[in-house]
Amino acid sequence: MRGFAILLGFSLAGALLHDTLHLPLPGNVIGLLLFLAALFGKVVKLEWVEASADLLTGHLLLFFIPYVIGAAALIPFMGHNAVSIIVGVVGSTLAVLWVTGTVAAKTAPKSGEEARDERLSA
Amino acid sequence: MNDFLHDPLFGLALTIGAYAAARAIHRRVRWLHPILSSSAIILIVLGLLRFNIADYQSEIGMLTVLLGPATVALGVPIYKHRRLIRERMKSVFVSVLAGSVTGIASAALLVYIARGSHEVLLSMLPKSVSSPIGIEISRTLGGTPELSVMFSVVTGVLGGVAGPLFLRRAGLGDPVSFGLAMGGAAHGFGTARSLQESETAGSFSALAMGLSGIVTSILFIPLYLWLG
Repeated sequence: MRGFAILLGFSLAGALLHDTLHLPLPGNVIGLLLFLAALFGKVVKLEWVEASADLLTGHLLLFFIPYVIGAAALIPFMGHNAVSIIVGVVGSTLAVLWVTGTVAAKTAPKSGEEARDERLSA
Repeated sequence: MNDFLHDPLFGLALTIGAYAAARAIHRRVRWLHPILSSSAIILIVLGLLRFNIADYQSEIGMLTVLLGPATVALGVPIYKHRRLIRERMKSVFVSVLAGSVTGIASAALLVYIARGSHEVLLSMLPKSVSSPIGIEISRTLGGTPELSVMFSVVTGVLGGVAGPLFLRRAGLGDPVSFGLAMGGAAHGFGTARSLQESETAGSFSALAMGLSGIVTSILFIPLYLWLG
């Protein structure tokens, strides 16, 4: 429960900072950045939060269900937007896959220990 | 009967029950993603009971509140992979940045060309990041969070299913490029698929997923100021 309390605390701190300072970053992202800073600064020890974090990220899908149900309720109202949605999702997803993969391949170290290790462990 | 249905315990029990059932189904029927089967179970039950979806959503508000700590928790895999980040810092950062810019720009351009509505356009911009971050970006931009989740889920399923084939055809099958592309384009769905591929691909995918969430959030700051 300590880990869960810590994660809730950072989430709450992120939301508070977002609301009071009107920061343009989403509250949960501010919470994530604060949490990363605390981990790197050894303010929070990994073993305090690891079990709770694994539980939450392992069941991330559960927290999306309310939104998926909301989305399903919206499908009948898509109508004339259906074409633009399909074009946008399919085209953009393939574009991101190709650009990210190509840039990663081009910027990777061409030779050296790292690259060889990567291939061996694959 | 009505009192029983309007107890928040009903919505929570239905949702977690459907989720547990969907995971059990997934162990036998691998191609059926649990998010699809759990949603189908809930929609069927709500339909049979003639239960209002808006009432159901207000009952399970607690689950959406938990998205906050779940997003914060993504810091743990990022922190665990800090050695990998340092080794491949340049490659990871440049490719995730390029992918995030491509995701936002291509979604805007394609929806505009295909004459989608303003609401569809705004809601589709954060579709490549995992839903907890996409939801908040969409809300801040003035999009519809439910639409954004729908786009994010469809993107994830598409990337997870078609991504590996597409990447191999493009000659991008090495584990680092593969993982970064899958995590950057298809967040959690892409990461789950990359982990099946190899441990290396999975860890880079988790990294790209977390980093693209942060990079995309930062890229949206000028857009908030412009649109706000």
